[in-house]
Amino acid sequence: MRTKWVSIMCVSLFAVLFLTVSVFAQQPKTIKIGAVYPLTGNIASTGLDCRRGAELAVDIINGKYNLSLPLAKTEGIPNLGGAKLELVFADTKGEPKNGMSETERLITQEKVVAIIGAYQSSVTKTASQATERLKIPYVCSDSSSPTLTERGFKYFFRVSPHDAIFAKDQFQFLKDVEKKTGKKINSVALLYENTEFGSNVGKYAAQYAKEFGYKVVADVSYPANATDVTSEVGTLIKAKPDILMHASYITDAILFTKTFKELNFTPMGITTFAGYIEPGYLPAVKADGNYIVIRSTFALDLAKKKPLIGQVGELFKKKYGVEMSENAARSFAAPFVLADAMNRAKSTKSEDIVKALLTTDIPGDQMIYPWKGIKFDPKSHQNIYATGTLVQIQNEKYVTVWPFDAAPAEVIWPFPPWRGRK
Amino acid sequence: MPEQLMQQIVNGLLIGFMYALIAIGLTLIWGVMNIVNFAHGDFLMVGMFTSFWLYTLYGLDPLFSIPICTLLLFVMGLLIYRFIVSKVMAGPMLAQLVVTFGVSIFISNLAVYWWSPDFRLIAKPLLSGTWDISGVQLSIPKTVASIGSIVTSLFVFLFLKKTKTGKAILATEMDREAALLMGINTERINSLSFGMGAALVGIAGAFLSTYYYIYPQVGGVFGTIAFCVVALGGFGSISGAFIAGILVGLVQTLGGFFFDPSYKYAIVFMIYLITVWIRPQGLLGW
Repeated sequence: MRTKWVSIMCVSLFAVLFLTVSVFAQQPKTIKIGAVYPLTGNIASTGLDCRRGAELAVDIINGKYNLSLPLAKTEGIPNLGGAKLELVFADTKGEPKNGMSETERLITQEKVVAIIGAYQSSVTKTASQATERLKIPYVCSDSSSPTLTERGFKYFFRVSPHDAIFAKDQFQFLKDVEKKTGKKINSVALLYENTEFGSNVGKYAAQYAKEFGYKVVADVSYPANATDVTSEVGTLIKAKPDILMHASYITDAILFTKTFKELNFTPMGITTFAGYIEPGYLPAVKADGNYIVIRSTFALDLAKKKPLIGQVGELFKKKYGVEMSENAARSFAAPFVLADAMNRAKSTKSEDIVKALLTTDIPGDQMIYPWKGIKFDPKSHQNIYATGTLVQIQNEKYVTVWPFDAAPAEVIWPFPPWRGRK
Repeated sequence: MPEQLMQQIVNGLLIGFMYALIAIGLTLIWGVMNIVNFAHGDFLMVGMFTSFWLYTLYGLDPLFSIPICTLLLFVMGLLIYRFIVSKVMAGPMLAQLVVTFGVSIFISNLAVYWWSPDFRLIAKPLLSGTWDISGVQLSIPKTVASIGSIVTSLFVFLFLKKTKTGKAILATEMDREAALLMGINTERINSLSFGMGAALVGIAGAFLSTYYYIYPQVGGVFGTIAFCVVALGGFGSISGAFIAGILVGLVQTLGGFFFDPSYKYAIVFMIYLITVWIRPQGLLGW
């Protein structure tokens, strides 16, 4: 009697299992993509922003939208039976060790087929070591340290420009602005946070300063989580540079801005990387952020020349109630690049995706960035078309000011003194 | 150059007084209960957010919200002690270590959940701007906060030395069993000092919010420095924490100025290591 019951139970259990499997098999399957971002910790606000960008991209791929983005007009990935993408998020807390362990967890336990994200270059560095070891493609569109694509990794691809490109842009801007205003620039001071991102910017900026003929009068690095930066600013004031070039994350950007004002540090211009363009920065410092110049790959005012930017910006605002920021815009790219590759590969196998990524050729009009397109260098896997622009904060808004011929707004130069501003 | 040097000394003092004020609450809790309050930085964050919300919702300037912050943090400290910390006081050392750590994670994540991870500043505080004293820039909010720190520290010092309750706290700090034998209700002293420690960091939070940005993880950075200050000054010593706070502030800015700013925290912690090597009990500890 007992054995009979057991066998009935077994049979029905198998039946149920079999049914569920076949039900799932009929629906278009979902493809899991792992997204590692700093969702808590010091730069959690940035992580949230990146998360939103990636989520909106996946929404557009999965749904039907009348936009010129890749796979927007179809639902899911057509060549994989309309399979939908699913983002599986993992929290790095902004720390490299978590970047690696969370990436490993996503791959081995969540069975994701590819990885995106990380934002901080130091975290991307360790996370991509995990993907390289486990042979899973990693498409990064939000970390900017040049070394990431100098390692010859087989599975790592970068869509966005890196800091060597950005640093060169900034010096080119200085040359251009000298010509435009007739105000001679002789010296620059370099200020950078001391992890992977900042120190690399420092390195490249020093190199380009030499190349462009500017004297580096101060070279200051600092920990990004400093509570007080008066000694750093003191060192800068002592050096009396014409230009300050600053690579920072957000907390230090806020702290430095306040300290510049407090100690009345007024060079001819302040050009910056990263921290000053994060969505938390302007609400925190308000008008004190005015006239600072920041490297960028995206700005909503470029919509005048490229309507797609306006359309995506609208969607973002409708979904999250805030303006799309540069970070969100950068993280927005990776899911499209991956989806496009999987669609062409007609597969979700690592080797097939990598092969397809190498032949990626997304034209400029299918993107929200001012680039010619997306095409990866066969060796470094860096997008060869990625370039930067410069924005300036004017009246508490980011406006594109460089390259001069493409920019909708005029740069305000030199940097007006702190005292006596309205 | 002398002007720049003066500026750095002034800056060092201004940040040092703030470190001191934050550390005093921590050293009090540590001294009395032998418990490391890992949630101290998060108490600071709660204080800062309290004054931020009082300002944003009711237009109350941080200067006037100090009494509210103090009271609120006192009650919060009391409750956390009564319902969480006191339960593990009799337990193993590890449980005591872990419990405040848990409280810390809970509070900071609750803050992310309630208030989002965004950075906030008090838009137009009553105190703002700088005084220019023959070329040396003196930040007004930082100066007022420093005065606040001195007054508060003095007050705590006198409270401990002159009042009966204060003496009871000191007695418990020195020898718990002897204090118990003398008829001191050490359980009451425990909860009182936990509440006081929290209230003190609440005052620090209100002052800090006049010039520093506020976000859920702000406690982490200040908390770490506060631990260093307390250990440097001597466990449980109020005057030690005060002096060590100023010392750390000065070393940080001057070290950064004379050497390279990237070494400034290395210099701070080196001085701490040397002190511990020569005087393990800290500068004024016993």
